[in-house]
Amino acid sequence: MSNPNRPLSPHLQVYRPQLTSVLSIAHRISGVALCAGVVALTIWLMALAGGTQSFARVSAILGSAFGQLVLFAFTLALFYHLCNGIRHLFWDAGYGFELDTVYASGKAVLVASTVLTVVVWVAALVARSGA
Amino acid sequence: MKFRTALNNVRGLGSAKSGTHHWWMQRVTALALVPLMLWLAWSMACLSGLDYAAAIAWVSSPITSVLLISTLLGLVYHAMLGLQVVIEDYVHAEGVKFISLIALKFVCLLLALASVLAVLRISLAG
Repeated sequence: MSNPNRPLSPHLQVYRPQLTSVLSIAHRISGVALCAGVVALTIWLMALAGGTQSFARVSAILGSAFGQLVLFAFTLALFYHLCNGIRHLFWDAGYGFELDTVYASGKAVLVASTVLTVVVWVAALVARSGA
Repeated sequence: MKFRTALNNVRGLGSAKSGTHHWWMQRVTALALVPLMLWLAWSMACLSGLDYAAAIAWVSSPITSVLLISTLLGLVYHAMLGLQVVIEDYVHAEGVKFISLIALKFVCLLLALASVLAVLRISLAG
């Protein structure tokens, strides 16, 4: 007999968010968001293969304020997922499970993903001003 | 009472008949994507603001084509494995789950084919 109303653990409504749990769900959310990024990358490549007209259309969308905002969000999601993914690979190998290490690596992931996002966007802005 | 045969125990593939294949491939693709995505993000940033001809020149260079196709295949495979787990975690109705998982595989195959074909069209046309 299964009771669908049995309590779930952890009880998310009364569970105090911590760095560990927030980074954990952020890894999944950024991963799902990046799947849309794969679709966007495919559309960009297909537009490029399609010729100047389709490329101009997609470039206009990507170059708009909304397009740039989405691209920035993709960049941040990518570097967060990449850095936190490396953190996960260390866990998979059996390292970094001590509580202070988990928090230190979590903070390092936040710093590294922010730095990488800024570096890439500075490079993009420099490339744009030189073009 | 044990229902498992000795052979089944040795193979260790479990009830899903795949063992740790899904988990392992997710890690292997993750490992491959670390350098590939750093390369792609940097390259796309440098392409920013450049015109059609520059983008074509970039994609059609031999090294870029090969790395791009590797990245695309790794990305779609990694995305498929990840989304599969998300569906399995949150979709509990058997019918909807089955259809979602099959649809996911179809969409991922289409994405892989479409993106790789686009790269090939550009690189072979040049």
